[in-house]
Amino acid sequence: MSKEELEKKSMTALLSIASAWYDQMKSGEIPSISLPTRTKYNIEFDDSSEVWKYGDKESLRTAASAKSATHLLKMAYVIGFIKQQLIENRSSTLREMYYISEGWKRAKFGAQDESNFLIEDLEILSEVPREGFHLHPEENGASIYGPMRIREETRRGMKTIHCQDDVGQAGYTIPNNVENIEFVDHDAKFVIAIETGGMYDRLIENGFDEEHNAILVHLKGQPARSTRRMLNKISATWDLPVLVFTDGDPWSYRIYASVAYGAIKSAHMSELLATPKSQFLGLQPRDIRDYNLPSDKLTEKDVEALRSELTDPRFATDYWKKEINLQLEMNLKSEQQAFAARGLDFVTKKYLPARLSEMGII
Amino acid sequence: MVLADELAKQQRSISVAEFFEKNKHLLGFDSPTRGVITTIKEAVDNALDACEEAQVLPDIFISIKKVSNEIFRIIVEDNGPGIVPAQVPFVFGKLLYGSRFHQIRQTRGQQGIGISAAVLYAQLTSGVPTVVISRTGPRESAHRFGIQIRIETNEPDIISQGPFEWDRIHGTRVQIEFKSTMSAKKKLLEYLRYTSVVNPHARFRVELDDESFTFERVSQEVIACPVAILPHPHGIEFGQLKRMASSGDLNLVDFLVESFSRVGKKSAQEMCERSGLKGSLKVKGLSSDDLKKLLAAMQDVAVPAPPATQCLSPIGEELIRRGLEKEFPMDFVAARTRQPSVFSGHSFMVEAAIGYGGKLPVEGNAILLRFANRVPLMYQQGACAITEAVNGINWKSYNIPQQGGFPTGPVLILVHVASTNVPFTSESKDAIASIPEIEKEITLALQDLGRDLKLFVSRRDKSKVAEDRARAVCAIIPEIAAKVSEIVEKPLVDTSPIEGKLMHKLIAKKWVHEGKVTIELFNYTGHDGEISLYDISADNATDAHPKPDFVSEMDGQFTKVWKVNVAPQTTWRVSYAGKGRGLLEIRGIEDNKMMVVDLDV
Repeated sequence: MSKEELEKKSMTALLSIASAWYDQMKSGEIPSISLPTRTKYNIEFDDSSEVWKYGDKESLRTAASAKSATHLLKMAYVIGFIKQQLIENRSSTLREMYYISEGWKRAKFGAQDESNFLIEDLEILSEVPREGFHLHPEENGASIYGPMRIREETRRGMKTIHCQDDVGQAGYTIPNNVENIEFVDHDAKFVIAIETGGMYDRLIENGFDEEHNAILVHLKGQPARSTRRMLNKISATWDLPVLVFTDGDPWSYRIYASVAYGAIKSAHMSELLATPKSQFLGLQPRDIRDYNLPSDKLTEKDVEALRSELTDPRFATDYWKKEINLQLEMNLKSEQQAFAARGLDFVTKKYLPARLSEMGII
Repeated sequence: MVLADELAKQQRSISVAEFFEKNKHLLGFDSPTRGVITTIKEAVDNALDACEEAQVLPDIFISIKKVSNEIFRIIVEDNGPGIVPAQVPFVFGKLLYGSRFHQIRQTRGQQGIGISAAVLYAQLTSGVPTVVISRTGPRESAHRFGIQIRIETNEPDIISQGPFEWDRIHGTRVQIEFKSTMSAKKKLLEYLRYTSVVNPHARFRVELDDESFTFERVSQEVIACPVAILPHPHGIEFGQLKRMASSGDLNLVDFLVESFSRVGKKSAQEMCERSGLKGSLKVKGLSSDDLKKLLAAMQDVAVPAPPATQCLSPIGEELIRRGLEKEFPMDFVAARTRQPSVFSGHSFMVEAAIGYGGKLPVEGNAILLRFANRVPLMYQQGACAITEAVNGINWKSYNIPQQGGFPTGPVLILVHVASTNVPFTSESKDAIASIPEIEKEITLALQDLGRDLKLFVSRRDKSKVAEDRARAVCAIIPEIAAKVSEIVEKPLVDTSPIEGKLMHKLIAKKWVHEGKVTIELFNYTGHDGEISLYDISADNATDAHPKPDFVSEMDGQFTKVWKVNVAPQTTWRVSYAGKGRGLLEIRGIEDNKMMVVDLDV
């Protein structure tokens, strides 16, 4: 979808929300809006796109209480604000919008969470990603390093960048709006998305990218939308395997799940953000055992999170059931950098080659 | 020498005072901190009991001052009847000396241990004799004593004695010095506050070092002093029966009728028959075995409950409410006084109250105030029958959250058990033993109050929902309408039909825009709205149109009154230059048929 088409779609969608409210009030009804319920109990696997999306459960928000009415009022102000941005061709960050709302009196946001949540509501209602509202996230994207060439539309014109030759040691920084990137060519066999900066740097320093023709992506913890969109586009454009390498604890498995299946918070954007073909590389609970890695005991919260994952539809496979139950049994977790205990080269010379050939990648 | 002889050399009697010296915890003197509270508690209990007997409104002065490192001087002074000089040494200098031990009626102190235990504690920790000043009337002179206890014999040791010039006409002043700390200050004030709640006829003045507090009385009525009654045949034990029988010169039937309450000729004869003893026998001559048979028979024969109304002194629902309201500002208070009841022949009566909201803490456990014979129980809440009864109630069915059995939220629970013989778990009188009859009465009282509270909360929530809806409909929806109309670039959509449809009420709206105050009345009811509109604010509204029917000023606040008749489905409006705020009220129409919305709040 071109930039113009996206803008047109978002304008139409937002105005139709406002029009619906106008008509409701005109006929003497209390304005209301219905939204899918946003919990893990309302996400379903969509067979055609292979991603998890919101199910049919909806909740109706009617302006009959002060709280709901205020919510609708805020939504109306945000719609008005986005309309103005689109007309004037300007953009702002979510944080900026939060500060602009200071002048909205009763409609002003109490906290930034509230504005984020409201924008997600509008994305769901309009089926337009926030980029189409000219709103971009605060967080900058993570970085990428490897044998690939892209073309980016910058304020200083079109630039072609090779992600090994034309960038510094830290790699190419993924921009907020991945839609402006064109994928030129590559010489890669696979992509490894890495949770921690330490491991990302270790792989670059050990020359893993060159040795194995690998594209390395730093996830920076729970990945930003732009990072996930980048992985989605690489996978879709070049059909490369995407492997996710994280710590061995329940929170890291959720990072993998959000890369592969989409996050519960953004299930409405799953088709654009998720990479259903991505695979979990490690660190697997069995690795803790097999490699006798330095480890910590699970905390109460960890155990709770693992148990909750056993009921999460995104983890409902035999592989995950086995691994999670094994971890609960061992009562241990390890960080990916724990491989350093076996020497700094161990991860690039031994673990990754072994695991990648086990997975049939090399 | 045989071992028994050896041992016999060491065997000797122990004086009560010696026993308590070694077992201070039994009397509530287990720590210096607690010693202060126990001492004040004992002195205050005695003062209140004395004032009650003398039928005067208690005026009690309490002072705690540090005299040197670790040593504190405690003074408790009352306006009671005083103590005759000959008795003073015994009251304060002998353990187990008292006037109320043998009486069957509700009193605070019972055994005559409390205050003399404090004297003993003072003598053990500071060595300073306790000073007592007492005066029995305007014609008598006051006497001043310095007293200690002879530990080996449990007899008073008078250190000094003599007449004393005192400005009080009657009353008693005790001054005790002992080792302590002030770390229990909060608990002490709590104790005095609670005491003042259940003794609304008393005034307490307190001086703690440099701070002073007053707990004012809210009732000017002297409470009736409970009258002693005869023992009830179901509440008597063998020892007591034996003592009573040995001192009597009556035959068995007369003895039963005259020495026990509620025993008539008929029941007395039935007791004799069941025990196989002749009614004409002299009681003096009965053997222990005879008495045992008699005791069993006395328990078996049905006898009406003891006459509770004279021997018990409940606080009463009205005074409990007033006592609570004076110390705890709350949105709701209800109290219950149950009918007297009996356990093992002892009369008792349960009173309870529940308070809600106001300034009570919203988070955490409910506040529980426990009382026995108008004395607050400050320790061992977990071991008390009152707590057990509170935990046993399903508070959730009264919409009160419950955690681990105990209710939580802005709730205050008061339980008062009054009895001729409160069954405490120990001599320190901190907790009531778990007696099924008492627990049942507490449960019934609290359940009854729980229903009242539930009604109050649900009514309040209902009106909250209605208010919340009115705010949404009358204040926020118009703003949504304005914004949405602007976005879709269409004329401002009128939201008054939504209001009318939802509200069916007479609605007053007030708002300020560019220095102009506007008040609008909408009558969505089916009837004429003949009302008076009261607008109280700092605006004088001289330019109001229409003019108010009445204006008055007080301290810069103008009360404007319009008498208006708003026909059904019509609107009335007034505006004037001003800043708004203040108070808007509609009178002349039922509360549930109108709604006032200040759009600027």
